[in-house]
Amino acid sequence: MGRFTVRRLLQMVLVMFAVSVLTFLIFNVIPGGDPAVRMAGKTSNDSTIAAIREEWGFDEPVPVQYVVTMRKVFTGDLVSYTTQLPVLDEIVMGIPRTLSLAIGAAILWMVVAVAFGLYGAMRAGAFGDRLITVLALVGISMPVFWVGALMNYYLGFKAGLFPNGGYVELTESPLDWAYHLVMPWTALALLFIGIYSRILRSNLLDTMNEDYVRTARAKGLSERRILIRHVLRTSMIPFVTLWGLDFGLVVGGGAILTETVFDLQGVGQYAADSIELLDVPPVLAVVMLAAFLIVALNAVVDILYAVLDPRIRITG
Amino acid sequence: MSTDSKHSASVPNPSPLLDVRDLEVAFATEAGTVRAVDGVSFELAAGEVLAVVGESGSGKSVTAMTLMGLTRSPNAHFAGSAWFRGTDLVSASGEELRTIRGAEIAMVFQDPLTSLNPVMRIGAQVIEQIRAHADLPGASARERAIELLERVGIPSPRERIDAYPFELSGGMRQRVMIALALSCDPSILIADEPTTALDVTIQAQILERIRELREQTGAAVILVTHDLGVVAEIADRVAVMYAGRIVEQGTLDEIFHDPQHPYTWGLLGSITRVDRDRPERLPAIAGLPPSLADRPEGCHFRPRCPHAFDACTKVPSLERRGGASAGHVDRCWLDAARKRAVRSVGGQIGLAPSP
Repeated sequence: MGRFTVRRLLQMVLVMFAVSVLTFLIFNVIPGGDPAVRMAGKTSNDSTIAAIREEWGFDEPVPVQYVVTMRKVFTGDLVSYTTQLPVLDEIVMGIPRTLSLAIGAAILWMVVAVAFGLYGAMRAGAFGDRLITVLALVGISMPVFWVGALMNYYLGFKAGLFPNGGYVELTESPLDWAYHLVMPWTALALLFIGIYSRILRSNLLDTMNEDYVRTARAKGLSERRILIRHVLRTSMIPFVTLWGLDFGLVVGGGAILTETVFDLQGVGQYAADSIELLDVPPVLAVVMLAAFLIVALNAVVDILYAVLDPRIRITG
Repeated sequence: MSTDSKHSASVPNPSPLLDVRDLEVAFATEAGTVRAVDGVSFELAAGEVLAVVGESGSGKSVTAMTLMGLTRSPNAHFAGSAWFRGTDLVSASGEELRTIRGAEIAMVFQDPLTSLNPVMRIGAQVIEQIRAHADLPGASARERAIELLERVGIPSPRERIDAYPFELSGGMRQRVMIALALSCDPSILIADEPTTALDVTIQAQILERIRELREQTGAAVILVTHDLGVVAEIADRVAVMYAGRIVEQGTLDEIFHDPQHPYTWGLLGSITRVDRDRPERLPAIAGLPPSLADRPEGCHFRPRCPHAFDACTKVPSLERRGGASAGHVDRCWLDAARKRAVRSVGGQIGLAPSP
């Protein structure tokens, strides 16, 4: 376990270094990437631009700029080039919103996908199974910004069932918090429900043909117990891996579209806005946060894997 | 299906423990209807060991699994009956069957490597079965599981009970399978090729264990195998199956020393014997078993049989023909005297090479 932790930490450092260098370089080479020109504004002349360059250190060589920026990332002194607000404050404000969205949606898609997957596997080929297959395909095919917009228009604006976007702190009113998140959760979960229920269904059908399931039946166990204890448990192993990785992805900015459509002001939306403005510091911070989360969740998934399947042992 | 009148007369015990009559199992497949079991009848007395012998695809495993209801599927078709203590195992409901299997009829499968749940401790797998049939508190079920593991010869069962299957050797896993099967003191133990996946020394140990346990518990055993060496070790009676039918049935002695069906001669002739000179080539039965979706008319063994003649285009019923006792029945049209003459190949029983 000690070696495992050390290895994962090293991996994390390496991944974060690589993505930060890449992000930094991309913004240096793309056209219109020069922050001094944009900060100086439309009515600027060469001397003001030069002054800004000197003040912000943009005249330094790129490696020096990188080191200076990275130091600020870790001391929390990073400041946006456009709004000139501290990046840390924005991210701290966005994280609870993004987490609220991601956790709720992840639970929703897991529960519904398990129910659909179980039903589909037990009634494979029957009408209900086919219906779920079609619904899953529809769910996978619909882009979240379109579904989100439809929900906002019909359920929010026309029917007035749910608020059109916005976010209420959980500590302020848990009921209002959930009420504001129902539509975003559903919109984000739709895609994953489609994918996950299909995967679980085929995992279950494969497992049902295993010899040990036949043994379980020969033991005189009830069908229900066979399904839960012997079939579902082994089928869930690859499923949990996927779940952990997708959760990391959503928290690390993968919910950009959902956050934007429902105006949740989360980390993803912050990153999207900053990319539009070619604002390097926030993008860099969010990208590094995402890299950190994905590597960390990968480690959590590996540990979970070992818990679920005793044949797997965690070694360096 | 022909009903043989002589069969009922051959019953040694007026009410056998298990009475299988005209059992048919067919599966609808894309290649056509596969008649895996076609009119199999046999009886099993309490405490008896019946060996069902045949090559792969003869229907012996399907017969065994059908008795447990394990072949039930939407594309399977069943006919006939299998009466066990007032219940017909072929037509019983799922719930009726559930209370019988594991408790009164238990099964040991061929491959102990895949037949145990890989992510469950072996103790939990035994305890689960005990508690499925008896309302027992967890602690007593655990004690019972430890006792069972000890009985099948697993060393230090108190520690091993918390092992996972992957931590045990193949022989140990098969012992766990036997412990599972014995956990509710069944009156019938069905063993489907229990030693095939194991090496020879472990095979002997497992057979010895089955024999001992049968003596202790008095359970009847149906042993499904293709290995006549195993049969000679343990069986009281033998049923030889070919292409979904029983072609000969009798006591161990009758089958080994006075076999009536050419297929049985072929099986016996292909055993290598340490007490004879080593043959240059192992004798084998020429040809291949027929596809169960497209079997030859009449006697199914006809295309491979060097002694086939005109009568063989009709299906011979399973009845006493040349056997010494009423229970020794076979499906071969050959005259009894002729059988005795042609089954001797080079001084021992065998199937003459094709002309």
